[in-house]
Amino acid sequence: MKKFAWIVTFVLALALVLSACGTPAEEPAEVPAAEEAAEAPAEEQAAEEAAPAEPFRVAVVMPSAINDLAFGQSMYDALIRVQEEMGGPEYFEFVYSENMFVVDDAAAAIRDYATQDFDLIIAHGSQYGSSLQEIAPDFPETSFAWGTTVDTFGQPNIFAYEAASHEGGYVNGVMAASLTKSNVIGVVGPIETGDAKLYVDGFKAGVAATNPDITVNVNYIGSFSDVALASEAATTHIAAGADVMTGSAQMVTGAIGKADEAGVLWLGTQSSQASLAPSIVVATQVFHWEVVINEIVALVKEGTLGGQSFVIDLANGGEVIEFNDAYALPEDVKALAEETVQGIIDGSITITLP
Amino acid sequence: MITELFSTTVLIGILASGIRLATPYLYAAIGETFSQKSGVLNLGVEGQMLLGCFAAFYVAFTTGNLWLGVLAAMIVGAVMGLAMAFVTVNLHAQQGISGIGFYLFGLGMSDLLFQRLMGTVETVKGFQKIYIPGLSDIPGIGEILFNQNILVYGAYLLVPIAWFVLNKTTLGLKIRAVGENPDAADSLGVSVAQVRYFTIILGGTLSGVAGASLSIALLNVFQQNMTSGLGFIAVALVYFGAWKPVGVLGGALLFSMVNSLQLWIQVLGIPVPSDIAVMMPYVLTILVLVATVSRVRAPSALTKPFERDE
Repeated sequence: MKKFAWIVTFVLALALVLSACGTPAEEPAEVPAAEEAAEAPAEEQAAEEAAPAEPFRVAVVMPSAINDLAFGQSMYDALIRVQEEMGGPEYFEFVYSENMFVVDDAAAAIRDYATQDFDLIIAHGSQYGSSLQEIAPDFPETSFAWGTTVDTFGQPNIFAYEAASHEGGYVNGVMAASLTKSNVIGVVGPIETGDAKLYVDGFKAGVAATNPDITVNVNYIGSFSDVALASEAATTHIAAGADVMTGSAQMVTGAIGKADEAGVLWLGTQSSQASLAPSIVVATQVFHWEVVINEIVALVKEGTLGGQSFVIDLANGGEVIEFNDAYALPEDVKALAEETVQGIIDGSITITLP
Repeated sequence: MITELFSTTVLIGILASGIRLATPYLYAAIGETFSQKSGVLNLGVEGQMLLGCFAAFYVAFTTGNLWLGVLAAMIVGAVMGLAMAFVTVNLHAQQGISGIGFYLFGLGMSDLLFQRLMGTVETVKGFQKIYIPGLSDIPGIGEILFNQNILVYGAYLLVPIAWFVLNKTTLGLKIRAVGENPDAADSLGVSVAQVRYFTIILGGTLSGVAGASLSIALLNVFQQNMTSGLGFIAVALVYFGAWKPVGVLGGALLFSMVNSLQLWIQVLGIPVPSDIAVMMPYVLTILVLVATVSRVRAPSALTKPFERDE
């Protein structure tokens, strides 16, 4: 499994290197991770004395794939970055079960990991909550984390985490409102709940605050995986006059493809989507879960196994607006976006959600 | 807002996207019609489609040749069909269960190959819309019917061909005979095994093309489990269409049109909760199925393995 994870990392990194022009300069996240893999043995020897007897071991269970360019990938990339910061697999080791869309299977996987003495088990999907509530009390020595939520069920060994995705949504909305010429913007959402709804509501607030005359058409397709329907939803938005679009979750790849064909601009969320359509992706709100993971790891090492909840947002660096360098964003729009980020951080902009 | 639904732009939009959405259903369901007509229920369609999706995408992505991609999808689908035929015809396996097995195989295998060979989601420049002089310029109709890519046209062309083969040729007669009364067909010298091998492999091949139509003609991406239940809907459409190609066409169009209608309902801001809107195509399909099901009869030998009485 570990070897496989490295192969995947390597292939990912290779793909990124090959499309290097699409990778924003300030976030060359995965590339150093692969270099790290090559350098790891040398580093090991250098730091041998400081090396702990056992690495910190993390297991993660997620509903989609590690390379979905969305929710799953945001966690995988974050774990890679944590591993890199902590000094490689000698210090921080992680394994994962992906595509655990069936909650029953996920619950079995969580329980299996719990019996194998992992230091931290991350249930990366709000649908895993009730399973975790049952499993966690059986393993009081193991720490669990789940998201996106704020609910720890009052359990001493459950951490909760969520993303203030409406913040990046708002910034994306401001950019979209500044870029549209037709004054029609399309949104392709999965199911009207949780992180996706939060993002979409933030996005709508950002558009309305910039120009209340703009029409935002929202379409929830009722699925996290139906790429074909997401694609047709995008076609529908384009036919309705949209010249800027956004969307959340892993099935938006279908929508981005249609946007690319029609030359319609795209604003992303969760993981960078610039590699998929470098000419039309304006910016992506990228989740940096490592902000939360680092805190949790520190707490677990101190002996606190849960009971707290965390939020990533623009202020703590858990959410970053990544501009796509391959797209020539007008300077004034970029400046406006950066001002908005600053305004949300210092509290001068408050986002009113419906 | 409701009145906007009847504006020309919206109506054209609904019909054009309905035509497109129906494409993968048509390939898969027509293929399934052949195998069910001969008495074999193939529930592995979804798996065959997924592998077809991947094969077409990967070959088109690496070689840049879209037709090679279609060919690869056909071969992969045919091989899956061959395996399915061996298991159901020679080994007399329970068809529903083995079909599910083939589905899970296709799901896992396409995912594994994607992880190993691609690693990340990529796009490919797929089949482009074909401009037909004259026809494409007809207002409305041109936009709806004659502004699509080659695989969309192919799917609709398949309907009369399938009807002709099933109803007007000796081969079609053999297929129907094997599906209705394999013992009688056998006693008249028709090889039940041969006919079923043919229809299952044909079904697999068409499922492969259905996959290709998604990954290199309509969406131009490959993602794990991208068919997300499409193959199962295709199987349902065969029942819906009463084992007739024209019925299948009607079912596929109805389902797809209602689906594109619900997309527009949301886009136009008509106050229907999104959960209700996305349910519409399924609810309507079930209603029509309930209303018509008493009047049609499945092929008598459907799901029954054939064993010659010695």
